[in-house]
Amino acid sequence: MTPADLLPQTLPARIARFPFPFPRDEYRYTANVQPAPAFEPTVVGGWGDTVVEVDEHYLAELEERAEILAEDPERSITLPHMKAAAWDAVLYTLQGFADARPDVARLSIDGDRVRWENDLLNTAIEFVVGDESTLPLDPLTWVGTQVQEDICLLDQREGHLWLDAGLVTFAADWSLAFDIGMSFLEFHGPVPRVHEAGVMPAAEQFLMRLTPEQAYRRTNWTLTIDRRMDVSTEKYDVWGKDRRLLTLEEVGERVHLRVEVQHLVRLPVSGAVMFYIRSSMLPMHELLLVPEWAARARAVIEELPEDMADYKGIARYRHLVVQWLDAQLEADDPQSAAEAA
Amino acid sequence: MTAAAVPLTVAVAGIEEPTSDVRTLRLVSATSAPLSPFAPGSNIEVQCGERRNAYSLIGDPRDTSQYAISVLRVADGSGGSRFLHDEVRRGDLLTISPPKSAFAPPAAARHHLLIAAGIGVTPFLSYARAFARTGASYELHYVHRARQDPHAGLLGLPGAAVRRYVGRESLAASLPELLDAAGVGTHLSVCGPPAMIDEVLDLARTRGWPEHRLHSERFVGVEAPAGEPFTARLARSGQTIAIPSGTSLLDAVRGAGVDLPYLCRQGVCGECKVRVLAGTPAHHDLHLTSAQKAAGDLVMACVSRCEGDELELDL
Repeated sequence: MTPADLLPQTLPARIARFPFPFPRDEYRYTANVQPAPAFEPTVVGGWGDTVVEVDEHYLAELEERAEILAEDPERSITLPHMKAAAWDAVLYTLQGFADARPDVARLSIDGDRVRWENDLLNTAIEFVVGDESTLPLDPLTWVGTQVQEDICLLDQREGHLWLDAGLVTFAADWSLAFDIGMSFLEFHGPVPRVHEAGVMPAAEQFLMRLTPEQAYRRTNWTLTIDRRMDVSTEKYDVWGKDRRLLTLEEVGERVHLRVEVQHLVRLPVSGAVMFYIRSSMLPMHELLLVPEWAARARAVIEELPEDMADYKGIARYRHLVVQWLDAQLEADDPQSAAEAA
Repeated sequence: MTAAAVPLTVAVAGIEEPTSDVRTLRLVSATSAPLSPFAPGSNIEVQCGERRNAYSLIGDPRDTSQYAISVLRVADGSGGSRFLHDEVRRGDLLTISPPKSAFAPPAAARHHLLIAAGIGVTPFLSYARAFARTGASYELHYVHRARQDPHAGLLGLPGAAVRRYVGRESLAASLPELLDAAGVGTHLSVCGPPAMIDEVLDLARTRGWPEHRLHSERFVGVEAPAGEPFTARLARSGQTIAIPSGTSLLDAVRGAGVDLPYLCRQGVCGECKVRVLAGTPAHHDLHLTSAQKAAGDLVMACVSRCEGDELELDL
């Protein structure tokens, strides 16, 4: 009997399709890229068979994105030379959505004329590529009303990549408005350890050789308190204090494993490199439904070196998470429960 | 990491001969797979009998209904262009590679100063179509030999500022003024024979143009020298291959069954770049920068050879 057979038969999709990111009991930064799309099985299901992912939070996250943008329009920035890349991103993204969900979305392209239908939003729109007046918003902001992914667009010039456009409402402890215009090496400057190992120049070289024929992906992760999508630098005053006020009893409900699935794409016409950042979260009490995941996450969080824990913003409370998971895993283990009785 | 490009089968849907030595082919997908959009300045490899030649796509980069290429007949060439001129008929099937972006316009340019000679104008035809859509500011200076202009259609494009020159000297006379008059943020892109490119770029450098604003694509590459024989040791496959004088490293390695990708065979495109683990390469290519050549850890297998007896390669 496999572990999966022991699980409840009907795990919700948010667990069955959760991109659990830890292949081993310790975590270090690597380029960890693999071709995409490709289905990655997990002990309870799998993920990654589509580049665009639509889940049960679709409507709620799009609504939240609209509110964030209304309050802070700088979450979407397209520098003037990135307009062609933004149109590329629109077409690639709508195609990705239509491929992922042909049951609810249809894209048809006739020259520069595009028709898009999205039943989830009751949207049917016709627009002309290159003509911004045919969309209700600028192209990058508009496509962000259709998908949950955050999008970054990098221009390649002078032997480097430059973050020159983005729609990022769900940043995990960074700021698009701060990073805009920086080179790939510059905006990764704060990441610990990777510079000594030469990881970032190698990753940049990899990205600069991407071709439109093959997309790649990688995962990244952190912990987030509450199911808060917007943990951007701009909102630090709102969420920062949670990290020191958290109590042991709250861990199960409030602490979430946050996984970013990042797709890396060479856009065909503009030649820009596109990053999708798709954030999924599971609270600790749901992670516990998959005991292998809970045990693995516990090991990674405990082993993580202090400088990395500090960079991820979890140094102040990770001991609580480990302590809580320990208690739960022990209670769930029939043998130790019997011994305790 | 470059995934092996899957070849496409296309049908020749139309042939035009704007001049006696230029043929324009329109290609449509011959399968259910649609053509992909491409970056301006992209080329495709076309299987021409035994040869594979690269040609710039001259159509609209977003037009996925057809690709178009312009082929200059090169009478003393290796036969690829003669094949496309003499053997190919409307309705024939051809095998092509997916488009490869090798000379994309710099997105951050505030103005594009494009200079082309002869058939070197072809990548700029797709630039012009892309610029017409994005509204990018550009001017094209196009020098050709005869009074006949095989790409007169370019003049009809919206927003096109095209100036034509008959003969290299007439362009040379205008160059200093062109280069000096360029505004802040202008990028210079040059395409044509190597001597013409060198002339334009050298003049731009002496007139103060920074290197990162200079872009070029060479339409004629270098001849591989026959060279001295040497040995290639392939670290991954464990093979040892003798490369006689007159045989390229690329041909020898492929002959031994190693699927090393290649494209131009002229030291230009960079496709057959191989990592050198030991030994000193003798560089004859135009692709690597002088710093890369000095570092000695990369070699272009189509034209470059060995300084000494043996190269160890990451193959």
